[in-house]
Amino acid sequence: MRPILMKGHERPLTFLKYNRDGDLLFSCAKDHTPTVWFADNGERLGTYRGHNGAVWSCDVSRDSMRLITGSADQTVKLWNVQTGAQLYTFNFGSPARSVDFSVGDKLAVITTDPFMELTSAIHVKRIARDPTEQTEESELVIKGPQGRINRAVWGPLNRTIISAGEDAIIRIWDSETGKLLREADKESGHKKTITSLTKSADGSHFLTGSLDKSAKLWDTRTLTLIKTYVTERPVNAVAMSPLLDHVVLGGGQDASAVTTTDHRAGKFEAKFFDKILQEEIGGVKGHFGPINALAFNPDGKSFSSGGEDGYVRLHHFDPDYFNIKI
Amino acid sequence: MVTGATQNPTQPTKLRWGELDEDDGEDLDFLLPPKQVIGPDENGIKKVIEYKFNDEGNKVKITTTTRVRKLANARLSKQAVERRSWPKFGDAVREDVGSRLTMVSTEEIILERPRAPGSKAEEPKAAGDSLAQLGKGGAVLMVCRTCGKKGDHWTSRCPYKDLALPAESFVDKPAVPETATAAAGSGKNTYVPPGMRAGADRSGTDMRRRNDENSVRVTNLSEDTREADLHELFRPFGAVSRVYVAIDQKTGMSRGFGFVNFVNKDDAQRAINKLNGYGYDNLILRVEWATPRTN
Repeated sequence: MRPILMKGHERPLTFLKYNRDGDLLFSCAKDHTPTVWFADNGERLGTYRGHNGAVWSCDVSRDSMRLITGSADQTVKLWNVQTGAQLYTFNFGSPARSVDFSVGDKLAVITTDPFMELTSAIHVKRIARDPTEQTEESELVIKGPQGRINRAVWGPLNRTIISAGEDAIIRIWDSETGKLLREADKESGHKKTITSLTKSADGSHFLTGSLDKSAKLWDTRTLTLIKTYVTERPVNAVAMSPLLDHVVLGGGQDASAVTTTDHRAGKFEAKFFDKILQEEIGGVKGHFGPINALAFNPDGKSFSSGGEDGYVRLHHFDPDYFNIKI
Repeated sequence: MVTGATQNPTQPTKLRWGELDEDDGEDLDFLLPPKQVIGPDENGIKKVIEYKFNDEGNKVKITTTTRVRKLANARLSKQAVERRSWPKFGDAVREDVGSRLTMVSTEEIILERPRAPGSKAEEPKAAGDSLAQLGKGGAVLMVCRTCGKKGDHWTSRCPYKDLALPAESFVDKPAVPETATAAAGSGKNTYVPPGMRAGADRSGTDMRRRNDENSVRVTNLSEDTREADLHELFRPFGAVSRVYVAIDQKTGMSRGFGFVNFVNKDDAQRAINKLNGYGYDNLILRVEWATPRTN
C-alpha cells in the first residue's frame, strides 16, 4: 500500500479519531489546532482554532455535528464540526487529558491532570443539545486515582466509566454515583503507565497499551484479562480492527532518546497482532518517530497513525491484507 | 459478450508487414480496424468493439458490452456524501495549491511479516545465530546478568529485565569479559559487532584472502554477459571455484567486469595467456591477475 501522508501539524500528534461513518478523520496534536481531514484521500477539510495549548484528545458525536476537544490549556471545548466555530468552553483548574462522548451524546467524561495542589479527576458533564443552554456544572466528579488519568471512556449503556492511567490500574466506576465498582487485578495487570485505551466496536471488550511494553485485552463487564500482546517497545497507542481479529500496537522508544538512535533501531512500526492467537502478523513502517496515536476506520479497510514526527499516515489496506493467514 | 458478424474471408496465410507495402492499393481487408470504445454513457453502459482473425483466417468482430458502476457511493451514507461538499474552514480556507499538506507516499509500504507465511519458527534466526554459536563454543556459559539464571537465556532476553534495578548493570560490569566491555561502551544493549564479541574468531580477514587467491579479473565484458557465460568461457582451463560478475544495483545491468577464481594457479595463468585480448561478444576482453584491494 502507498500511505497518504498528511503534514498539517507542526508538533507531535496526540490523538486520532474517525467519525462514525468513517469519512472524516480528526487529528489532535501538541500544536493547539485540531484538524479534520477527509478519510478517503487525506484532503484537509478544516481546522479548529482557539485552543492555547497542546490538545490531548477529542471525540466526535454520532451525527458528526459536534466535536469535543481536551487541551493542556485547562479547557475543554465544544465545536461545530462543519464550520469550526467554538460553541462552548469548559474551564478547569488543570490540563484536560481525555474526553469521550457517551452513547447518545448527552454526557461527556473528561479527565483532568494533577496540577498545583489539585489532584487528578474524572468529570462528567451534561452536553446540552442547544449550545446556548450549555452549563459549566459537572454532573459528577470522581477523585482517587494517583497520577494522570490518561483515558476514561464510557462502559456499556453509559452505566460505568472505565479509567486507566499512570498508576497502571484499570478501574470501573459507577457513572451515577461515582462509586468504584471494580479494579483490575494487580497480578495480571499492567506494570507501568497505561497510555491508551480503546473499546471494541461492540463495546464488549477493550484494549489497553502500556509503557511496560505490552497491550492487554479486557472484558468490559467483569474486567477479567482475556489476552496479552507482548512487544519489545513501550506501547503508546492501540487500535482494534472492527472487521478482522487484529489489534495494532504503536510505540517506539522515548521521544528523548529518538535523536540518539537510528530510525531503523527505534522500532517505530505499527505492529499487527492476531487478537486471538496473540501472535504477531506484521509491521507497517514509515514514521520517523514513535507512534502516538492510532485509529481504525469503522469500515476496517484503512487505518491511520500519528507520530511524534508530526505526520499522520493514512493507510488503505491492500486486498491481500484481508486474507492473511498465520 | 456478443460475438457476431463474420465478414469476408481473406488471405488465410499469415502476413508479414514487410510485404504490405507492395500491394497496398488492392484490398486492405487483412488490416484490422482499430479497437473502438464507446461510452460509458449515463447508464454506465460501455461498448468495446474489437476485430481479430479466428483460426480459419476469418475476420471476427467482437462487441463487448459492460456496465460500469461506481461502488464508492454505495457504501457512503447520505450525510457523508453531503459532508464531501462542505466548504473548507479554518486554516484550510487559505490553503494554497502549492502547500502540499497531503501527499501520497512515494514509498511502497508493505505489511512486513515477521517470518515467511506458513513457517512457525520459534526464534528469529538471524539474531539468535551468532549468539547461539557463541554458547556452543563452550568457552562462554550462558548466564543472565540480570537475574543470575544459568543456561536459560541471555541478559538481553531476560524476562525480568524491567523489574531489575538499572543500577545493577553497572555493578556487574567488571564481570563482563574485557574485550566486550571495551567495544560495548556503557549500556548492556549496545550493539557489538560479531567480530568484536568475546570468543568470536576473527577470521574475517582470512576469508577475504581466500577470495583473492588465484583470482582473475576480466574487464570489458559486454552487458549481456552473465556468470554462467563466464563460467563456460573459463571452465576449459581448469577447475573454477568462483565466478562473479559485477551488477549495478540500481539498473540491474552488468557493470562490465567480473572475477574468476581458479583452484590452481597454473590454470589461471593459462587462462590469462589465452583469453587476454580475446574477442568475446564483439568486445576485446582484458584478462589479468586481480590485484588485492589496497584498503
